[in-house]
Amino acid sequence: MPGSHSRTSLPFRIAFLVPLLCLLLTGCGFNNIPTYEEQAKAKWSDVLNQYQRRSDLIPNLVETVKGFAKQESGVLEAVTSARAAATSVKVDASTITDPETFKKFQEAQAQLSGSLGRLLAITENYPNLKSNQNFLALQSQLEGTENRIAVARRDYIEAVRVYNTELKTFPGSVWARIFYTSNKPMEEFTVADSVKTVPAVKF
Amino acid sequence: MIHRAVVTLVAWLCLTCVGVAQTPATTSLTFPTLTGRVVDEAGLLSAGDRASLTTSLADLEARTMDQLVIVTLKSLQGTTIEDYGYQLGRQWGIGQKVKDNGVLLIVAPTERKVRIEVGYGLEGTLTDAMTKVIIENAILPSFKAGDFAGGIKNGTGQIIQLLVGDAGSVPTAATKTATPAGSSADTPVWLVILLGVGGVGVLIFCAVTGGAACRGIIQILFLLALSGRGGSSRDRSSSFSGGGGSFGGGGSSGSW
Repeated sequence: MPGSHSRTSLPFRIAFLVPLLCLLLTGCGFNNIPTYEEQAKAKWSDVLNQYQRRSDLIPNLVETVKGFAKQESGVLEAVTSARAAATSVKVDASTITDPETFKKFQEAQAQLSGSLGRLLAITENYPNLKSNQNFLALQSQLEGTENRIAVARRDYIEAVRVYNTELKTFPGSVWARIFYTSNKPMEEFTVADSVKTVPAVKF
Repeated sequence: MIHRAVVTLVAWLCLTCVGVAQTPATTSLTFPTLTGRVVDEAGLLSAGDRASLTTSLADLEARTMDQLVIVTLKSLQGTTIEDYGYQLGRQWGIGQKVKDNGVLLIVAPTERKVRIEVGYGLEGTLTDAMTKVIIENAILPSFKAGDFAGGIKNGTGQIIQLLVGDAGSVPTAATKTATPAGSSADTPVWLVILLGVGGVGVLIFCAVTGGAACRGIIQILFLLALSGRGGSSRDRSSSFSGGGGSFGGGGSSGSW
């Protein structure tokens, strides 16, 4: 009797066991690592997108300022060369797990932020420039882009925090060691904000 | 017996994993409740102003689906208006979920700051430069004279003009108003949890025992799940709420 019972119910049991196992794996965060990885990558491309947008605005801004403040060639040069340096750092999706390139990238962008800050500071000395419609539009776009960069960076940092935590904590750490051995922790932005601060305007 | 105990133990371990799912870090900022299209926390508007603004904002959403919300704040809680603005927009979820077509007009009289916060989807219409022009020309002159209501009304009018001008080229926008945001969003959370826990429980029970009684339970559960799907519709007509739109720092600010 017991033998016949187990024979008839074994396929029946398996039919329930398979979906149960799938549910349990998902419940245990089996999919979390790839999910969080994709989210962090998407946030990273947002960050790159916004930095690119800023980079695209600069030539126009430099030209406009040049029209009113030729004598400030030193500051203008600095912005142009900082932009060239920033764009020369090749970045893509793999940069976030590559500490060397990531550091280079954020240092170059911080340099550019600094020289842009100096450029905007000296424009205070040129009333004609400050009332120029083209300059005002560029300035508001640049402000908006800087703000978007700040938001994108914060979103990226948050996504990376979630992903890195998942790699290091149970049950994610178990999956990481067994199935996702090639997944590496991602880099976060660490450059001090002091590099980015706009120097005080002196009159 | 041991076999059964191990299976149950593992199952419960894994079930508890679901409960510990990570939640995003919450910010230390507190946000006012979204009581309507005009949230006048700082008390800058009269009841009549609020009513007329609410009408024109509702009219805007009916025509373009764009959600514009006016908010005045008592305090920015020590942060910048840019930082506060996008987080408030995300918290409230202003704008439709897929289109991210929300806009906030934020006034912080204590810090003397004003900001137009633009959702992702409207950054092409309400560009940084355009919002700057609206703030400088329509809002700040009135604010400088102490006329908050006038500045807010002028600014709102100009934002609406821009948004409606954009919608004119997209005539399909108005016909989509009736589309629901998605049936999954309407299902109550407790029902989902109940069905989930029940379903998993039955799966465990059947996998362990393999009894014929399972078939009956499965059928009942299945019927329950079907009826649960149809029976949960939320009343959405009464009050205003955000559609789940998101913000990425677009727009511009000004101070007076």
